[in-house]
Amino acid sequence: MSNIGSYDERLKNFDWSISEKELGYKDGDVINIGWYCTDRICEMGKADKLALIWEGLGGVEKKFTFNDVRINSNKFGAFLRSLGIKNEDRVCLFMDKIPELYIGFLGVLKIGAIAQPLFSAFGDESLHVRLDNAKTTAIITQRKHVGKVRKLIEKSPYLKHVIIVNHDGKKTLKERELTFDMEAYEEPKDFEIFLTKAESSSVLHYTSGTTGQPKGVKHVHYSLISQYLTTKWVLDLQEDDIYWCTADPGWVTGTSYGIIGPWSIGITQCVLDTGFSASSWYEFIQKHKITMWYSAPTAIRSLMKAGDEIIKEYDLSSLRHLASVGEPLNAEAVIWSGKVFGHEFLDTYWQTETGSMMLTNFPDMKIKPGSMGKPFPGITATILDSKTFEPITETGKIGLIGFKPGWPAMMRTYWNNEETYKSKFKNGWYLPGDRSTIDKDGYFWFVGRDDDVINTGGHLVSPFEVESALLEHEAIVESAVVAKPDEVNMEVVKAFVTLNSGYEIDDMLELNIMNFIRKKLSPLAMPQEIEYVDSLPKTRSGKIMRRLLHAKEWGEDIGDTSGLDDDE
Amino acid sequence: MEEMKDVILEYVIEEYVEDEDEEMTYDTPLISGGIVDSFSMVSLKRFLEAKYKISIPDEKASPEAFDSVNKIVELVKEFIG
Repeated sequence: MSNIGSYDERLKNFDWSISEKELGYKDGDVINIGWYCTDRICEMGKADKLALIWEGLGGVEKKFTFNDVRINSNKFGAFLRSLGIKNEDRVCLFMDKIPELYIGFLGVLKIGAIAQPLFSAFGDESLHVRLDNAKTTAIITQRKHVGKVRKLIEKSPYLKHVIIVNHDGKKTLKERELTFDMEAYEEPKDFEIFLTKAESSSVLHYTSGTTGQPKGVKHVHYSLISQYLTTKWVLDLQEDDIYWCTADPGWVTGTSYGIIGPWSIGITQCVLDTGFSASSWYEFIQKHKITMWYSAPTAIRSLMKAGDEIIKEYDLSSLRHLASVGEPLNAEAVIWSGKVFGHEFLDTYWQTETGSMMLTNFPDMKIKPGSMGKPFPGITATILDSKTFEPITETGKIGLIGFKPGWPAMMRTYWNNEETYKSKFKNGWYLPGDRSTIDKDGYFWFVGRDDDVINTGGHLVSPFEVESALLEHEAIVESAVVAKPDEVNMEVVKAFVTLNSGYEIDDMLELNIMNFIRKKLSPLAMPQEIEYVDSLPKTRSGKIMRRLLHAKEWGEDIGDTSGLDDDE
Repeated sequence: MEEMKDVILEYVIEEYVEDEDEEMTYDTPLISGGIVDSFSMVSLKRFLEAKYKISIPDEKASPEAFDSVNKIVELVKEFIG
């Protein structure tokens, strides 16, 4: 029997107080995610239960019980406090998927500071933009990434501390750098958790938009209420489950469902901190007897590409429940997973701003492969007319997805960008920026983005950011960036550029431009194809018409361009 | 003529290795070791194709085939006439 039971029954008289009661929370109480994920679980008698089984390169393993996570997160908190870091200060976590990332995240929350996790593959420019926006006080990182932090330290006066968690003493520390050894640090006596309330800030995740710089999505401790219940009902985590969320906590899935969800329930989770390969993933599932696996369409399609034969080499019979997030999961992948694993991946739809699942397929509910499923109980979802923002009642008609604000994990603002935050609401609905249809049975079907943001491998990339970075390359005069269809990643970045005189088009120039963006922004933002053009299509006022380039890449009709407004 | 494996190792160190203390050998795991991710693999493939004037079909460019300098050398040699 699944945790949710009957979806239809749950819809009746649903109230978020179901989650509050299970967590023992009442309106006005102290609510601290760090405490809920560690101390509370220990108080429930699960102190010796494994919380984290971590595996790195070469099969190196580390294990942590809930009591270990409690103590070590207290150590993080005590250490940060000793530096003068206090509630509401922003503390960036810039690490690979090492135990310090997961445990440090909770340590930051325990002192009331705001955790700002950033994807460790970000280049120095991407890192700087995000730290600068948040005016981050401290960054916790590891030896291999210190070089990137050093590149931006001079232009980041607000960044007072660079904390290195695995310093081996070989490199001389520079100004503002200090070390923290989680295991060697003395356990603090009488560590007091900061008394955060429902609306106290918790996490700041950055996401990209079509224009402007990345936006810092601010969440609060009350988000736990949604994250706990969606984890329980959709991921269906039960006491003896061994859970694997493949997402990196540099992104929202990795915190909402890679830390907060499972640990607030007291579930053992595994983390694999190595690069992707089909064999290493199957080996990991077999070795740790993973039962619940939450992954992403890009990874699932990569596994499909690796073929069915390799699966026969492993015993994957421990798997009992699979789910997916990041971009729409195509029907073929759903059907394939049912065939080879005996369980279909259930697609879940949500985003950084929503903080928790919004539309999902549920255990024990009929799956329509390719559909995003139905709204989570308590979520009012519809599709809206793109001009009037009124709900569309006609079945099968395309509209903008809209959610009625008010669920616990909804973002509270964009950091220092209230104006853009407000622009996300129309006619009383929150607009996530995607288009969809709803069928006669109430299932949502993804159609596409409503803007130019590129969704590559489940991560959003801003064309504006890539275009701006391209202009810093000495060979490039103008650039336009669009999504290009991709079999595995759904979309990848494609750049159209015009060159300065004196530059010859050749393979090495293309490679040079690709690497320039990869190091400056991130591997995700790197154009996988560059097309050299004599000029870019523009409006009469000189704005580049990405829409035409996008239509060309996707084989769509570009329509009548003569009627375009100057500023379109 | 410089050996192919030295050229590739040097390129990998120059372009992808962030930790300058990391000891790199011809067998260091690149993909499974997290040094080169799946997105960056595209640029490494492009380098090999440009440098050795070859074309590596996508189906041959698997994470396993790119997982060490020695494996990459084997792959490239398949396509050099």
